Amino acid sequence: MRTRLLSGNEAVALGAWEAGVAVGCGYPGTPSTEILETLARQPEVYTEWSVNEKVALEVGVGAALAGGRALVTMKHVGVNVAADPLFTAAYTGVRAGLVIVTADDPDMHSSQNEQDNRNYAIAAKVPMLEPSDSAEAREFTKLAFELSEAHDTPVFLRLTTRLSHSKSLVDAFPDGAPVRTPAPIEPGFVADPRKYVMIPGHAKLRRRALAERWVALEELAETDPANRIERSSAGPAPIGVITSGIPYTYVKEVAPDLPVLKLGLVHPLPRRLVEQFAASVGRLYVVEELDPVIETRLKAWGIDCIGKDAFPAIGEFTPAIVAAGLGVDTGGEGLAPAIEVPVRRPGLCPGCPHDHVFNELRRHDMIVSGDIGCYSLGVLPPYNAMDTLLDMGASLTMAQGMEVVAPPDQKGRIAAVIGDSTFAHSGITGLLNAVWNGHDGLYIVLDNGTTAMTGMQPNPMSGERIGREEAPSVDYELLARAFHLPAENVGMVDAYDTGAISAAIDELAPRPGVRLLVVVGLCLIEGQKLKKLDRLTGKKDLRRELIALHPVGGPRE
Amino acid sequence: MSEPVTNVLMVGVGGQGIVLASDILAEAAAIAGHDVKKSEIHGMSRRGGPVFSHVRFGTRVHSAVIPEGAAGVVLAMEPMELLRWAPWAAPGASACYLSAPILPVGVEEYPDDLEAEIDRLFDRVVRVELAAIRRSVPMKVRNTALLGAASVFVPLAQEHFAQALRALSPRGTYESNQAAFDAGRALGGQQLKEVAHVE
Repeated sequence: MRTRLLSGNEAVALGAWEAGVAVGCGYPGTPSTEILETLARQPEVYTEWSVNEKVALEVGVGAALAGGRALVTMKHVGVNVAADPLFTAAYTGVRAGLVIVTADDPDMHSSQNEQDNRNYAIAAKVPMLEPSDSAEAREFTKLAFELSEAHDTPVFLRLTTRLSHSKSLVDAFPDGAPVRTPAPIEPGFVADPRKYVMIPGHAKLRRRALAERWVALEELAETDPANRIERSSAGPAPIGVITSGIPYTYVKEVAPDLPVLKLGLVHPLPRRLVEQFAASVGRLYVVEELDPVIETRLKAWGIDCIGKDAFPAIGEFTPAIVAAGLGVDTGGEGLAPAIEVPVRRPGLCPGCPHDHVFNELRRHDMIVSGDIGCYSLGVLPPYNAMDTLLDMGASLTMAQGMEVVAPPDQKGRIAAVIGDSTFAHSGITGLLNAVWNGHDGLYIVLDNGTTAMTGMQPNPMSGERIGREEAPSVDYELLARAFHLPAENVGMVDAYDTGAISAAIDELAPRPGVRLLVVVGLCLIEGQKLKKLDRLTGKKDLRRELIALHPVGGPRE
Repeated sequence: MSEPVTNVLMVGVGGQGIVLASDILAEAAAIAGHDVKKSEIHGMSRRGGPVFSHVRFGTRVHSAVIPEGAAGVVLAMEPMELLRWAPWAAPGASACYLSAPILPVGVEEYPDDLEAEIDRLFDRVVRVELAAIRRSVPMKVRNTALLGAASVFVPLAQEHFAQALRALSPRGTYESNQAAFDAGRALGGQQLKEVAHVE
């Protein structure tokens, strides 16, 4: 028997591979990114970074309907983007297994909010599994595919940052190596319009099918081994705990002897199992991070329990927080330094090519509508050059709303700033909206040739796809032409050419209509990677050519 | 509480190789037959920000996160980061750090008297002078040198570290990583002896 130390993300990829997954797709987003990066190394699996999460889920649903198991990965806020297909995929069902990984980020280590995506499982009526360590992440991935096929439904696998990025032992490879089991469904689309074509008449039937499926899932939750009671003696105990995911590990850390109902299937909840456990303990605690999802359900069932009165609803738990909530004294007082050290803030990497554009935007006193990615760091010192940040692609579209109501002294001072990957994800639709509706706006794409913040994933603008295979890249200038932008409103500048950036802002900011400025500077980390692949010179030459071909203010005679 | 678990906290600044060094330690513990968990956070907050990794091993490890006040060893690639994480260290903890201050962006002056404060807080301290390894240990493997120095506080055999280094060193770098580890371990051992002599 061999063991391996795997992160939660790597374990999900392993489980999916072992389950014979045919398609893996998603959009990069911390903490989910490494799942697909790991799976992409397996030649038997088709993988792609999709343009955005909605696209990824639709590719996944299509694959599942055509009989191939599909794994779709995203961070928690990605599910917002994918919510449209999600809710109706619960109606159509899947044929081959479809597993959607949502990687939530309690404490917002790398996110703009800390939404609890268990709420999506409830709202979309999709079952959800939540593992506690890497071994479970692998097992639950396989279980999720089985559940998906057995009950003809997409299945959520919920991870959190702490699980995705923690490593623990994964064991029991029978022959020293993992084994890929062929998926049980034969590939091939089998037409069934009443199941797959969701016009109202069909959807009404599927709504009822979903309700029937749910009865079966509720029954399954009562007996599935993913939900288990751990207790040392059968008799009544003064205190008991219901928990799941990472908080389970903290409960075991600080109070290993307490009776625990550990939930692996967190939606639907097993009512009889919960009632039976609650009846066997005096005081019942519900230990769950973020929203009181389990607690609220228990209280609706009339089960007395202590949840958010003892444990915070905001941020990530720690062993100390769980100990305090349970009233356990763990003793551990740490060292107390007498010197307070200054905060070390994140920032753009030293020498980042897009450092200059933020300095210029500040110097020009622009109102900057920002976007997701490395460039969000433009809000911090020393730049202090970003005024709004909401969600992927919002920079262009929020700037449009601002411009409509801006008083005269602010018109012409509003700029949107977006990275290349984010532009492809949902910035292009914003550009289209601006052109179509006749907005005035200066939209700046900071193109660094990669999806940098999440660790250098290719994107539709970068000329590569997953695994660094060559791919077509969108030509900004041709895109602008197709959108009827006048040539003098479009230009590219070198990110290191401070003078050119400043002149471009001066020239483009006051002009009417839609203006697109592309600031081109290769990410330093991406540059190091390209150098190792002997592709750096070629890429730099290509980008230099583009800049020369498309100066600000239209082509030179 | 659970059975005793060895808790090693490894901290530094983005780009100093904390993640790889902690992977090597965790792998060594796994090779030695322990249950192992490690925890860190990648992503946005790490661009130039502080980086940390929790490594825990023993008969059975539940939480991947070291409870506050429970780390027995703290390895730091930077002095200020050692102090920042001191509240995670248990009374009587050991520390091993690289004496190479890195000023945070936007901070003008490095705090004074960090060394004295580190000596006061921790029971045993191995201080790796940058000067002592600047020439002999290339920048890229200084993380491994520090791991070697800290290994004198960690109940794992050298052969387990060697196997882990062999398994996890990036291609073509095993020899330089092993050499850096050995150099660090020698420095650590030597300093512990000197402390014992003075006492």
